[in-house]
Amino acid sequence: MFSALANPARFMAFSRWAAPILGVIAAGLIGAGLWLGLNAPPDYQQGETVKIMFIHVPAAWVAMLAYACLGGASFVSLVFRHARADAAAKAAAPLGAAFTGVALVTGSLWGRPMWGAWWVWGDARLVSVLVLFLLFLGYMALRASIDDEAKGARAAEILALVGLINLPIIKYSVEWWNTLHQGESIMRAGGPALDPVYLMPLLLAGAGYSAAFGALWLERIRAEVWRRRATSLALRVALA
Amino acid sequence: MTLEALSAGKYAAYIWPAYAVSLLGFAWMIIDTLARARRWKRKADRLEGEGEP
Repeated sequence: MFSALANPARFMAFSRWAAPILGVIAAGLIGAGLWLGLNAPPDYQQGETVKIMFIHVPAAWVAMLAYACLGGASFVSLVFRHARADAAAKAAAPLGAAFTGVALVTGSLWGRPMWGAWWVWGDARLVSVLVLFLLFLGYMALRASIDDEAKGARAAEILALVGLINLPIIKYSVEWWNTLHQGESIMRAGGPALDPVYLMPLLLAGAGYSAAFGALWLERIRAEVWRRRATSLALRVALA
Repeated sequence: MTLEALSAGKYAAYIWPAYAVSLLGFAWMIIDTLARARRWKRKADRLEGEGEP
């Protein structure tokens, strides 16, 4: 499938209908998740602030998913010199930065009433997610700072590959270090620790956020394909 | 949705800003993505037309 989508014509034909369909699926899943989440009873410890979980946790999941996509596409672009992979990496970065930013701000808004602090520098989970945000910004800044587009892409892709090491650090930070952030409660041995009344809306919102990322990612790759086509056509017109 | 579901009690000052930030984040991503795609498609189409003999 991926080799078929490497063909630009096939990719544009596929993404033309896949992006809006994913967008509609995302809207339905997020709507259902938030409906159930907002109607869920207050948690016995967190009270009503549990409502923040349904937007904070999916944003954090998709931030990591976006970085995995950025890293994977960067690897394919570096090793196979594939233009579509480079476009995919470039397209994932601003979306990943936005989801990470949302995760950081909503987490801070949850932390203030629960921990009594907006931010805790000693917390490994918080700091590693901040590093993820800086990696997205660094990738975009590095690409933009080098005039030669190909050289800028190579430099940014190497940074993206180095930054992949941060993903397991984020995932296991709550196990490797003592943190204020609660431990793993979904994908853990013995099954999820969450009551189904919270787990179901969280999973629906998580699937919806992922579908939204997929839709937006495909559309941004399409925009990048058109940008490159326009750039090469402009050059051809100028030389004619 | 019931009004009870929308009442966040003493934590409303934290909950609704969190939802507003998420909404703004999504709004930016959708608007920027669609505007970018539309702009470059239009430009590519125009240049393709200019390049034709």
